[in-house]
Amino acid sequence: MTVTSATLVQGTLDMLILKTLALEPLHGWGISQRIQQLSHGVFEVNPGSLFPAFRRLERAGLIECEWQTSENNRRAKYYSLTKAGRQKLRSETKEWERQAAAIARILQTAS
Amino acid sequence: MGLWTNLFAGLCGLFRKRQAEQELEDELRDFLEKSAAEKMRAGMTREEAHRAARLEMGGIEAVKENVRSASWETHLESLWSDLRFGARLLRFNPVFAGAAILSLALGIGANTAIFQLLDAVRLRTLPVKNPQEIARISIDNRHGASGDFTSRYSDLTYPMWVEIHAQQQAFSNLFAWSPTQFNIAPSGEVHNVQGLWVSGEFFQTLGLEPILGRFLNSTDDTPGCATGGAAISYSFWQHQYGGDRSVIGRALTLNRRPFEIVGVTPADFYGVEVGRYFDVAVPLCTEAAIMGEDSQMKSRSGWWLASMGRLKPGWTIERASVQLQAISPALFEDTLPTDYNPDNTKHFLSFKLGAFSADSGVSDLRKDYEQPLWLLLALAALVLLIASANLANLMLARASAREKEMGLRMAVGASRGRLIRQLLAESLLLAAIGAVLGALLAHNLSQLLVASLSTPHDPLFVELGTDWRVFGFTAGLAVLTCVFFGLAPAVRATSVAPGVVLKEGSRGTTEGHGRFGLRRILVVSQIALSLTLLVGALLFARSLAKLTSVETGFRQTGILVTDIDFSSLKLSNERRISFGHELLSRIRAIPGVDNAATAETVPLSGNEEFHDILPGISDPPTEQNPASAFNHVSPGFFETLQTPLLAGRDFNDHDVAGSPLVAIVNESWARKILKTSNPVGVMFRVRRLSKISGPFEIVGLVKDTKYGDLREEPLEIVYLALQQDPHANQDSQILIHSSLPLPELTSAVKEAADSAHSGLDVSFLSFRTMIENGLMRDRLMAKLSGFFGVLAVLLAVIGLYGVISYMVARRRNEIGIRMSLGADRRSIIALVLRESLWLLSIGLTLGIAFSLAASRAAASLLFGLKPHDVATLVMATAILAVIALAASYIPAIRASQLDPMDALRNE
Repeated sequence: MTVTSATLVQGTLDMLILKTLALEPLHGWGISQRIQQLSHGVFEVNPGSLFPAFRRLERAGLIECEWQTSENNRRAKYYSLTKAGRQKLRSETKEWERQAAAIARILQTAS
Repeated sequence: MGLWTNLFAGLCGLFRKRQAEQELEDELRDFLEKSAAEKMRAGMTREEAHRAARLEMGGIEAVKENVRSASWETHLESLWSDLRFGARLLRFNPVFAGAAILSLALGIGANTAIFQLLDAVRLRTLPVKNPQEIARISIDNRHGASGDFTSRYSDLTYPMWVEIHAQQQAFSNLFAWSPTQFNIAPSGEVHNVQGLWVSGEFFQTLGLEPILGRFLNSTDDTPGCATGGAAISYSFWQHQYGGDRSVIGRALTLNRRPFEIVGVTPADFYGVEVGRYFDVAVPLCTEAAIMGEDSQMKSRSGWWLASMGRLKPGWTIERASVQLQAISPALFEDTLPTDYNPDNTKHFLSFKLGAFSADSGVSDLRKDYEQPLWLLLALAALVLLIASANLANLMLARASAREKEMGLRMAVGASRGRLIRQLLAESLLLAAIGAVLGALLAHNLSQLLVASLSTPHDPLFVELGTDWRVFGFTAGLAVLTCVFFGLAPAVRATSVAPGVVLKEGSRGTTEGHGRFGLRRILVVSQIALSLTLLVGALLFARSLAKLTSVETGFRQTGILVTDIDFSSLKLSNERRISFGHELLSRIRAIPGVDNAATAETVPLSGNEEFHDILPGISDPPTEQNPASAFNHVSPGFFETLQTPLLAGRDFNDHDVAGSPLVAIVNESWARKILKTSNPVGVMFRVRRLSKISGPFEIVGLVKDTKYGDLREEPLEIVYLALQQDPHANQDSQILIHSSLPLPELTSAVKEAADSAHSGLDVSFLSFRTMIENGLMRDRLMAKLSGFFGVLAVLLAVIGLYGVISYMVARRRNEIGIRMSLGADRRSIIALVLRESLWLLSIGLTLGIAFSLAASRAAASLLFGLKPHDVATLVMATAILAVIALAASYIPAIRASQLDPMDALRNE
């Protein structure tokens, strides 16, 4: 089953974007592809939610952008993590793991 | 940090809008290209790949819109464009916009003006350092105190103040003060200014700094001083000395005595009394020298001082009260007046001192006007509500005219929230313009109000600043009205199903009841509210009419009250009586003066004198001796005022010192004290505190008259012969009845006074004016509530007219059919009037119920009327019904004159 970005848990998309950018700066298409690949096609990210998320994160000072020439010699906008973004990713990840573990525990006892 | 980045980025976005849009476009195109390239690699053709990529994205414009709405500046931008759109709509409807803005400005202006006064009189704190630490020291319940009360704040006697100052522990500093008037003219005609007597620590306690020179301090206020330094107020410095900095050290004459100006107070300091101001403050100790024989400094029964102090750190009002209570028994024992009778003594020794919060100063104005102002604020709020209801009605009418436009816009994808926002922006614009104009209007209105309450003899001063409270109040009103008249129509206008609205033409649709119902509810509530305002207006107008026509027992017109002060002559008691007699004779001799008489207490002047009456010639005093109002008058007093003498005789020139003591009493006196209708010949004595005088023989009986206040029930009054008064005043108050023009009369009186002794202080006041000044509050209530009432009725009638006209327009079709089926003009008129009668009767019924509930708030301000006065209610209902029916008659006539063919064709 694929999960479109519309049904993603609120805030999860932001975390996925931050995680993708933790490795290297990427442009919009790259980010969407990377999320799809890393999730083995479970998450399909719609540009309609992806670009507003970029704007949101940029405004929050978590990512920054730069126009660069891409592989095929076209100008593309590359996003990269800021220091604050890196911190945010760390804390979000920790929080996510904590919650996921808790949920998993509940589900196990229930069955 | 995030906030600042966001703010900064948003602002950049606003200013580099073109570039930002271009970058977004580029970025999305790049995404599409890459997406398509990927698909081509998977084997699609170029066209297929591009098409699929675009489909996946779901429209480049939609994505852009999503990105834009992720940033705040977009909302700002859309608000701005909404406002511009709103402004354009208003420009296209200048009549609508003008009427709306005018009614809002009037409503908001009236509310703000009254609130501004309330703020200044009630809510604001004193302009001194840490006002919350200031407390007033006074007797908790001074009821039953006896003696001379000569100031607006007669809390304490001087001996009490000395003891309080010595024994209290709660205050780091404290002071006593008393308001007074000083004559600053070195000679000749009197020029009175507002003065203060202040004890040494006055300025120090309040924590004020002089803007020039120095302030008075404890060394200025040494008992027995003959003269001293004077601190003048900023405004006095400005208008009397033109702000001259060399004023320090100059001489200032106060009541013919030289004082030296030592300092100028800060510009915003008006004293500790809200609603008044002062020009000159002098040390308390100078009262003895200035007042001479009338000084109350030494008197134990002269109440003329008020006291305030600054609490020590850590002390509360409650703790201070406890300490003051603890010292009370001994303190009142030590300051017991020597001339008290046992009754007075018992009261006096039971007094308890207390501390009372005084962070907003003291004010007799507040006592008189706080309730009327709250009431007026409520009335003004109702007017604003009615005005808003009118606007809501207009907006609703416009909303139904724009139904199609709304439907179309929703059909092409506008969200409902966006449309509501846009409609609200228009209302917001109206409310904001109305509020700004209202605030400007308010400033003038409140000044006008204060001016209308001020008289030359009793000048008021209210510091009418616009502080955060006033600003918040006005802004709050604007938002409230905007929501009130804007929100419902906006919600209503956008609650249409686009399909239905677009499909239905005007042809064939019937008027839905639901949509029209809201407008009916608005009109009904307008009628109900305006009836309440009309009832209020009529109540106050009738109350004022009753007050001005109340039977006073004397004539009021054509009488000049003249005060001739001869205290500078320093006469003995006998000489005072003979000099007063001489003055009166000279004035009576002026050609054109047909009557003149002297009275120690001019009726309705605010002065009062009460003493105990002991019946018979030797009965010992009991605890139940009746009290009576007193006056000392010359022969001719009753004739001058045309008070009928019912039995016996008037005083004459043989009733002098040494001859048998005589008295004249009024009907109430005879009835209540003697329980007889013919008191002539009866003897009685008078007890002033512990001193018993008399016996007096009653020689005459006069009709009841008013004494201190127009509202009072008839009082027992006894008149004694002025010539037999053992404590004659050092001035003569002469009531002159004359047909001479005022300027001629006053100059003749001045001449007469000069011929008796040159250089006497003479002042004049018309008796009628004096009485009218006592009705200032009633006049204010009648005027303002009348204004609000008329405004409310006007607005409600416009509302009703609008709704009825709208109904007629909507039912053209139906009316046309009825007419072509044979309905005559009268039945069409009846059809329309039935509608308005229906609305009117519901509105009036609700209004009567509301008026009955609301008018109770006015009860204490009314005279001679119950708040639920039936005649008033009937009158108001009838007036409103007639005006409202007349207003709906116009559209009814118009409906009856429709050409049926025209109406049917021209749907």
